[in-house]
Amino acid sequence: MELNLIVISLIALGVTGLLAALVLYLFARKFRVEEDPRIDVVQELLPGANCGGCGFAGCRALAEACCKSESLDGLLCPVGGSEVMDKIGEVLGMSVEKSDPLVAVVRCNGSCDVREKRSEYDGVKSCKILNSLYVGETGCGFGCLGCGDCVSSCQFDAIHINSLTGLAEVDEEKCVACGSCVKSCPRHIIELRKKGPKSRRVWVDCVNRDKGAVARKNCKNACIGCGKCQKECPFEAITVENNVAYIDWRKCRLCRKCVAVCPTGAIHELNFPVRAQVKEEVKEEVKVEVKAEVKVENEVKSSDDIKQ
Amino acid sequence: MKTFKIGGVHPHDNKEYSSHKSIVEVGLPSKVVIPLSQHIGAPSKPLVVKGDRVKVGELIAEAVGFVGANIHSPVSGVVQKVDEVKDGWGMSMPAIFIDVEGDEWLESIDRSSSVNSICKLDRDEIIARVKDAGIVGLGGACFPTHVKLMPPPGKKAEVLIVNGVECEPYLTCDHELMLEHGEEIMIGIQILMKALGINRAIIGIERNKADAIEHMRKLASRSLGVSVEELDLRYPQGGEKQLIDACIGRQVPSGALPIEVGAVVDNVATIYAVYEAVQKNKPLISRVMTVTGKGVKNPGNYLVRFGTPLEDVISLAGGMPENSGKVICGGPMMGRAMSSLDMPCNKRMSGILILDKSESRRGEVMNCIRCGKCVSACPMGLEPYLLQKLSELGRYEDMELHNVMDCIDCGCCQYSCPSNRPLLDYIRVGKATVGGMIRARQAKK
Repeated sequence: MELNLIVISLIALGVTGLLAALVLYLFARKFRVEEDPRIDVVQELLPGANCGGCGFAGCRALAEACCKSESLDGLLCPVGGSEVMDKIGEVLGMSVEKSDPLVAVVRCNGSCDVREKRSEYDGVKSCKILNSLYVGETGCGFGCLGCGDCVSSCQFDAIHINSLTGLAEVDEEKCVACGSCVKSCPRHIIELRKKGPKSRRVWVDCVNRDKGAVARKNCKNACIGCGKCQKECPFEAITVENNVAYIDWRKCRLCRKCVAVCPTGAIHELNFPVRAQVKEEVKEEVKVEVKAEVKVENEVKSSDDIKQ
Repeated sequence: MKTFKIGGVHPHDNKEYSSHKSIVEVGLPSKVVIPLSQHIGAPSKPLVVKGDRVKVGELIAEAVGFVGANIHSPVSGVVQKVDEVKDGWGMSMPAIFIDVEGDEWLESIDRSSSVNSICKLDRDEIIARVKDAGIVGLGGACFPTHVKLMPPPGKKAEVLIVNGVECEPYLTCDHELMLEHGEEIMIGIQILMKALGINRAIIGIERNKADAIEHMRKLASRSLGVSVEELDLRYPQGGEKQLIDACIGRQVPSGALPIEVGAVVDNVATIYAVYEAVQKNKPLISRVMTVTGKGVKNPGNYLVRFGTPLEDVISLAGGMPENSGKVICGGPMMGRAMSSLDMPCNKRMSGILILDKSESRRGEVMNCIRCGKCVSACPMGLEPYLLQKLSELGRYEDMELHNVMDCIDCGCCQYSCPSNRPLLDYIRVGKATVGGMIRARQAKK
């Protein structure tokens, strides 16, 4: 009797299941949405970070956009770069325009030693809030606040606050130029610039729009808008507007003449070989530093001696 | 005793330091800096250039737009330059710099101390005088007063509510003004009633100012239609919407102005300025501000001409105390801590509060324990804990749905939070962002 019951229920359930499967199958056939099969292929090629750096809501959305549009112009996955875009181009049979890889650049060099602290902030550790309240702990109302809104916005662990300088620093190995830090910075300091050949870049490391004297009072490394770099630049890549210089990376040919003439050292060069004459200076500086360290050590020892 | 119905807190008022200290006039400085943005709305347009000679009371900057205010020279002297200046928070603002020479007033201004109680001007003339004199709400928001006197078509004012509440702890300038210039304020009320075409005014005063209530009641008994309402102690009773609720029991709808319920609210200091403008032809060039704090040597109420360096006022009050940790422009609840004292006094400044180091630290921020104190403290019936979280997550559309624009920045939520959560900091940022979104949307239309 009991066995019978089990068998009947098994059969009943099985038949119901089969019927339901049949209904589902028929409905799936009837209401099937035709989708471009290439979307899945393209999505497979994309990195799957869903960072939104391309301007679309995730990788699938970019894949759909690629398949829908007639050319790949203006569509770029910043994480995958031109490598991935080339592959997508192959799949879709479209040509891809070459684009330069970009990288985020923090345009502030107001480290703790050149930017004097004038007040103490003990509120919420958020650049957005600090920026809404006042100028910040230093006198500069344009520079990096160092609370790390960019750090928390980065999905790739590519930007950090350097505890020595108090400034945000980009790890160019990890940075994929998705642009989320650019959006998160309330002072609009971070910019996406061309990574450059061998990662060589030149940029103005300041966005301070105060007049020269005021800017200089607040930060020794500030751009004072003197315009020397603008005159020096052979490629007309530099413009001075609102008391601050800006180097257009599309025009800059990395000659570094501007770096040499800048009176405040506001123009930054990265990953260049050290110049001949500069090399000597650096060596001297190093020597001096070494001496100084030795001295300090001696002093420490002598004071220890006294204690003993 | 009457008060408003929703929320509110009751911080210790700390008014004993500076209350009943008679108003002291601060001496003329050698240089003044007059900011062009001392009110809500666009900065005024300067009318003077370098080298111009100006007298006290001369118009030096003109209102821009409907919600704007004129600015008059508070000193006589020569214009040094029109340039940018950093305010107490390090932000740039346009300003007129004047080198002071003597103290020569415009002849049209009546400088006598006699009280002139007869006003023969009609409605439009009064409003024009108030507008020309550059009068703004001196309670703190700095909304141009003449705009309030011109209700939009279809709306009718029924009652003038006079704000003598001064619910902000520490501040006593309005209290002192009522005691010393009650008679003038009463005439100012009559003038405003005439301008609004109404015959009823209520002066709201909190019960910790018993002498002011008695004084104003005595004066009110002589004038028709004016009554004094003694209010219970509750912050933020000086908020426009809270005061209307407390005095006449009407609630201003979300997003609407007080005129919607037939009320016009003006601060006693503003009304005193109206009296001076209409009866004495004196534009708004000075105000009474409180300088106070536990360590301040001579806390008190000081009459300052606008543009006077803050340091002058503080040194008159006995200088910076040794152990000072924070200087707040305004009161402890709504004021802003300043990062620099290099700032001129202006229409906005109702007080300077100097806190010592132990008072000025923020408490350690801990997790929200869902106690709901912020919700019951919010006088606008909002949910501060939720708004804070939404702002932190950047969900500004949702903040708009939760009526963040109704927030009056009173700080009751943060004051009542046992976990010291930075509720108002986040809400303010969200409110600014949502405000920008709304403006952008309107511009599109």
